[in-house]
Amino acid sequence: MIRQDRVIAMISSCFGEGVIIAKAHFNELHLEIDKNEIPILAVKLRDWGFPLIQLTAADERGNTGHFRLFYTFANDLENFLIVVSVSIAETELSFPSITEVVPAAHWYEREIQDLFGLDPIGHPDKRCLAVHEDWPEGLYPLRKDFSFDFEVPRTEGRQSYDRVEGEGVMQVPVGPIHAGIIEPGHFLFSAVGDTVINLEARLFFTHRGMEKLTEGKTPLDAFPIVERICGACSFSHATSYCQAIEKLSGTEVSTRVNYIRTVVLELERLYNHVGDVGNICAGVGFAFGTMHGARLKEDIMRLNETVFGSRFLRGINTPGGVRRDISVLDSDLILATLDKLELEFRELVEILLDTNSYMDRVQTTGILFNQIARDLHAVGPAARASGVDRDVRRDHPYAAYNCVSFKVPVYEQGDVLARVKVRIDETYESINIIRQILASMPNGKLIQTLGEMIPYNYAVGMTESARGENVHFIMIGKDQTIYRYMVRSASYVNWPVIPSTVPGNIIPDFPVINKSFELCYSCLDR
Amino acid sequence: MLRLFRKSLKTGTVTTDYPQTPSVPGTGFQGLPVWQVQSCVQCGQCADICPTKAIKLQSGKKEAFWIVDPKKCIFCGYCVEVCTRAIVQGEQYEFVESVDRAPQVQAFKHSVHIRHLDSGSCNACDWEMTTLTGPVYDIQRMGFDFVASPRHADVLMVTGPVTRNLEIAVHKTFAATPAPKIVLAVGTCACSGGICGKSYASSGGVNNIIPVDVFIPGCPPRPQALIQGLLKAVGRA
Ligand code: SF4
Ligand code: SF4
Repeated sequence: MIRQDRVIAMISSCFGEGVIIAKAHFNELHLEIDKNEIPILAVKLRDWGFPLIQLTAADERGNTGHFRLFYTFANDLENFLIVVSVSIAETELSFPSITEVVPAAHWYEREIQDLFGLDPIGHPDKRCLAVHEDWPEGLYPLRKDFSFDFEVPRTEGRQSYDRVEGEGVMQVPVGPIHAGIIEPGHFLFSAVGDTVINLEARLFFTHRGMEKLTEGKTPLDAFPIVERICGACSFSHATSYCQAIEKLSGTEVSTRVNYIRTVVLELERLYNHVGDVGNICAGVGFAFGTMHGARLKEDIMRLNETVFGSRFLRGINTPGGVRRDISVLDSDLILATLDKLELEFRELVEILLDTNSYMDRVQTTGILFNQIARDLHAVGPAARASGVDRDVRRDHPYAAYNCVSFKVPVYEQGDVLARVKVRIDETYESINIIRQILASMPNGKLIQTLGEMIPYNYAVGMTESARGENVHFIMIGKDQTIYRYMVRSASYVNWPVIPSTVPGNIIPDFPVINKSFELCYSCLDR
Repeated sequence: MLRLFRKSLKTGTVTTDYPQTPSVPGTGFQGLPVWQVQSCVQCGQCADICPTKAIKLQSGKKEAFWIVDPKKCIFCGYCVEVCTRAIVQGEQYEFVESVDRAPQVQAFKHSVHIRHLDSGSCNACDWEMTTLTGPVYDIQRMGFDFVASPRHADVLMVTGPVTRNLEIAVHKTFAATPAPKIVLAVGTCACSGGICGKSYASSGGVNNIIPVDVFIPGCPPRPQALIQGLLKAVGRA
């Protein structure tokens, strides 16, 4: 492929013999390089405009005697991914941090430190992230010699929160159990009067060991776990996983499968976006919007149940295809529901944008600056509301997205209102996509048997969920089972930008800012 | 403003009257698998494939060879697919189970206040609880409401298997809830650990941490099942 050759030439001219390059699957470039070269390569890739979308590690001591890190960069213009791997010897458990040059690496590196015990040398903030303060030092759950059901003792705390101190500064701790029906996280606001000057978020409360749980399982056995990493983005995660497995096993699914997946992916986006547009009203106490949003969302969820048997679209996907078909009757029902939804949603949106008390609270609130969104690699509607023109569906088409036409809305303001508007526009686009797909459903086999997978081969699957890009990394072990699985959800990269949007706003605005990002905790904590 | 009222009037009432009118999910619903004794050849494939070990086989017993525990089943349908002869996907979703501890129901005859406690769920169970407060299920019509603090609550609805990082928060929330109190385990994770099981990160079910009075299985339970669980908890069903 010519598009990859240019990048290969550029990399070879910089690193010569020091880098091994191989084309893999249909849209990946696998690089191997010495760990000390990684900061130089990262800067080059950054300057060429390839964002870091994932960074993770694998304990391959049983196989090669080394740990290995995998850095995934995306070339959005030419639709391919660059996966750089570096080996880390057991005698030297550290690697050079790239956070100072590629800020998006900051959480990944801390997580690798906590879960694998590899030290990111030069990282500006080495406090624990993925394990909590009462986790004993020297225990690393994702190493292969850590047994899954080990009962970990609790130790004395070693964590400190970032706080601003001084005259008149108050500390307001909130959570992990919140007042509403939401997931658990702990926030520490440093505020003067009502105005927030610093926010520190503490997460990973819902860490359930989902990645480790899949290790040693066949792709099919691990699948119900994948579907339960996140409730509201269940199908998107499932599709990312299927993509990676299908790449590894050289399985090509039929066009019909791709079409069905696209319909379901868009239904998932619809129920989330419609629900979120309503739910954001709850953050400003505008019950009219909340209730109508909830009602319309319920209509879509009932449609999901009638057509696919599950309100959260579970049990449809499977590695190698889909387990459910869409009949002509189903198709008619979907179209009729969407017609009604479109009318009602339009009416709701008109009323919302015409209500001064609502507009007053969402305009200029919680601004995410374009530069921060880019540096920390924010994704999804949150990034598009801050002028970042990225959408996996267009830039790295999967399922049937190259067979439909749709617009990617982008706004520059970066406030709550812009995030709402991106969702509104995308709702109409989703309805359109589904209409286009259902109008031209091709025939095809629903399930393909998976081919043989090469041991220790790895692949990346990527989809655009309602919250943004979900990236799944899978490495296969020697007996056709999963060796390492890493889920990088949209929330994982969007969480770190939130603290930057809050200072300068008042504490009562935090709920609406938070809701406008609609972040999920369970797929971040895993 | 006028438009706002007009819209609300035009929409009318959308609230269901469940449980007065039962709600039957359509065909194809991913419900609890049903075993048909006559066609079973006792091969045991179903138990092998079940990801949560929800199926128990008792060899030698023809009539009750097969038992599925709803508190463990995640409705994945794998057993139905592996066994085309004797297992079909059922439509049943209301299997609330309550521990007979003669709860102090008298105290909860009228309005009941609920506190949600997320102990590590995947958020699907939480979203279904949120729908209970929406216009369609509207549990306020039955005298239930969610409150912001455990100190104001009669009932704790716990989702998730209780992760290591939330165990202390669960203990504290339970202690902060004034007696008499009822604990509901919502979802398969909360009932038995579900897909998360018991591990370094998960304690394998709420009952291992605090005493549970009512179990509401489902992954996630339908909103109607949640209503049934609540009614049962206060002795109204
Ligand atoms: S539906 Fe799935 S979880 Fe339930 S009994 Fe069958 S295989 Fe087990
Ligand atoms: S029971 Fe199922 S839906 Fe509920 S939290 Fe667990 S995995 Fe999610």
